[in-house]
Amino acid sequence: MAEFINTKLLFFLGLEADSVVGLVIVALIAAALILNVIAVGALIFIWMERKIAGRIQDRLGPTRVGGQFGWLQTLADGIKLIAKEDLMPAAADGLLFRLAPYIAFCASFGSFIALPFATGWVGLELNVAVFFVTAVLGLEVFGVILAGYASASKWSLFGAMREAAQVISYEVPLGLCIVIPVMIAGTMDLTKIGNEQAGWFTNWYMFHDPFTFITSIVYFTCAMASVNRAPFDLAEAESELVAGFHTEYSGLRWSYFFMAEYGSMFLVSGLGAILFCGGWNGPIPIVSIVSGGQHAMHLEGWPFFIANLLGLANFIFKAALGVTLMMWARWSLPRLRIDQVITTCWKYCTPIVGVMFVGVLFWQGLQLPSPHDLGLGRGKVEAGSVREGWLREAEAAASEVPAELQVRDRATEEKTDEDIDLPRSALLVDESRVE
Amino acid sequence: MDAINWHSMFFLLFAGLACSFALAVVCTSNVVRMAFFLILSLAATAGLFFLAGADFVGAMQLVLYVGGTLVLLVFGVMLTAQSPFVSIRTSGGDWVLAAMVGGSLLAILVPSALVIGERANQAPGQAVAPTIKSASAGPAAETPSDALPAPPVESRPTATRIGQALLGVRVDKLTEQDETVRNGLSGYLLPFEIASIHLLVVLVGAAFLARAKRRAKSKFSDA
Repeated sequence: MAEFINTKLLFFLGLEADSVVGLVIVALIAAALILNVIAVGALIFIWMERKIAGRIQDRLGPTRVGGQFGWLQTLADGIKLIAKEDLMPAAADGLLFRLAPYIAFCASFGSFIALPFATGWVGLELNVAVFFVTAVLGLEVFGVILAGYASASKWSLFGAMREAAQVISYEVPLGLCIVIPVMIAGTMDLTKIGNEQAGWFTNWYMFHDPFTFITSIVYFTCAMASVNRAPFDLAEAESELVAGFHTEYSGLRWSYFFMAEYGSMFLVSGLGAILFCGGWNGPIPIVSIVSGGQHAMHLEGWPFFIANLLGLANFIFKAALGVTLMMWARWSLPRLRIDQVITTCWKYCTPIVGVMFVGVLFWQGLQLPSPHDLGLGRGKVEAGSVREGWLREAEAAASEVPAELQVRDRATEEKTDEDIDLPRSALLVDESRVE
Repeated sequence: MDAINWHSMFFLLFAGLACSFALAVVCTSNVVRMAFFLILSLAATAGLFFLAGADFVGAMQLVLYVGGTLVLLVFGVMLTAQSPFVSIRTSGGDWVLAAMVGGSLLAILVPSALVIGERANQAPGQAVAPTIKSASAGPAAETPSDALPAPPVESRPTATRIGQALLGVRVDKLTEQDETVRNGLSGYLLPFEIASIHLLVVLVGAAFLARAKRRAKSKFSDA
């Protein structure tokens, strides 16, 4: 998508890629697309939340606004929020109080920049996308803590302190969970991690070995803690702290916090879908079957576009499924106490992930079979064609440098491969190149 | 209109933001606001790293400094505060001391920054490895050859190189022509190991200091 917007669209408009107007248009389109993912996502998920909560509690949920199923309930809520008076406590720290919602929202929005929705359809294709997403998403907590502090209310401050205690508890196991798929894939590029799992669902990292399966469950638990959802919603805790960190907020500022929360829910679910559930690569490789064994990323032109569109729908479905699971957990489980949260994260999740990490390490090191190797999954993309893109880049670069340097380059590259003991697939690529 | 150098413009923007937020840190008296401005300043610095194509270092800056400041703020300031909004009143002597230290650092940094610019001007192409394509995007590519080489705008896989350098292979220097220079470039495996062992010792020590001190009959001593 990025390539489409950056080059073809500007060509249609008759603009050069380097012109100021063109750059601004491209940036605006990308930003508007991401903003709509959050805004429209929140619109739908809040309606879903009401309906699911209703059904779980044996109620109907919204039934009147906008037809039988209350389709427009969120829109009515939005109008109400805009019309509400914007209040600020007299004792509050005005600057921080006003800025806190925007920080939370910008953190959620910013991490979407590097989240791919299908092959190449990403705001900014980063080599360290996983790392970037988690780093920027971590800033959302800062908005929450600032809001709690700047409100000058004891309920808000309690919420902020709980949030701080929760952050340092869940960040360690969450980070370890993310490291495991990165280790298997050999790259931090989310697009490549997603395409590594192309083919049947047996190629998903979730089913790579028993350890990764447990890791994916731990990831989901920690992800729920990271977006402040029940049973980890201690920062809000409406039955104890009025509304926790956003007690003093109303109207549009309050809604920014909620947009950020729903955006982050979608984000961590999407991240989990890419890391463990194949991202845009479905349980059944329809595109690959129809096109005769060719993967979507190797197609070109309109077939590629249609295949990517299917992948996009697939990815959004998976991420929405993750959000639905979070809602299910929220309305089924009671809230944990703060000490129970810390116990869950430090005493259970962290050691479990540690053991899983070592387990996956041995599974990979001993080259034990995964479902794909047992013949259960067909149509797996050859590993070398996806990952270690830097090897290919180095190869491409080597062909451009002068001849005397090129010889030296080849020799040194081979030496490099021996020295750092690359995974099997990289060596495969290397052998094919030597031939 | 098309002659705007976007790289320079964004560099100036982020650098200006970083400097002005750093000034705001100094000039504010409220501790939490100081921490807030500090985080914004560090985030602007991360923006500079992203602009230079060093996405890994930029993300690292966000994780380490922004996260670190957050923990510092919460546990250093909020938990030790006596009143709701803590403010610091700086005395005149502190200002003089701070100005001396800061001024001398600035006096060192500014000339060295200018020297780096001259070096890059003297030897264009030396600063950029031969395998790296100069960015064709941006009007800077059309500038005469005696000027600075076009700055790399797009992100490049720096994480791989950093990781390999930590494991003992300087991939970026493998094409170095000079044999004597090439022999000295064996990566950073030893410093990396020393830092790892050091951190491990610190972790074990922290766990030892913070362990539950069990006394005999501790079950009844509280009652």
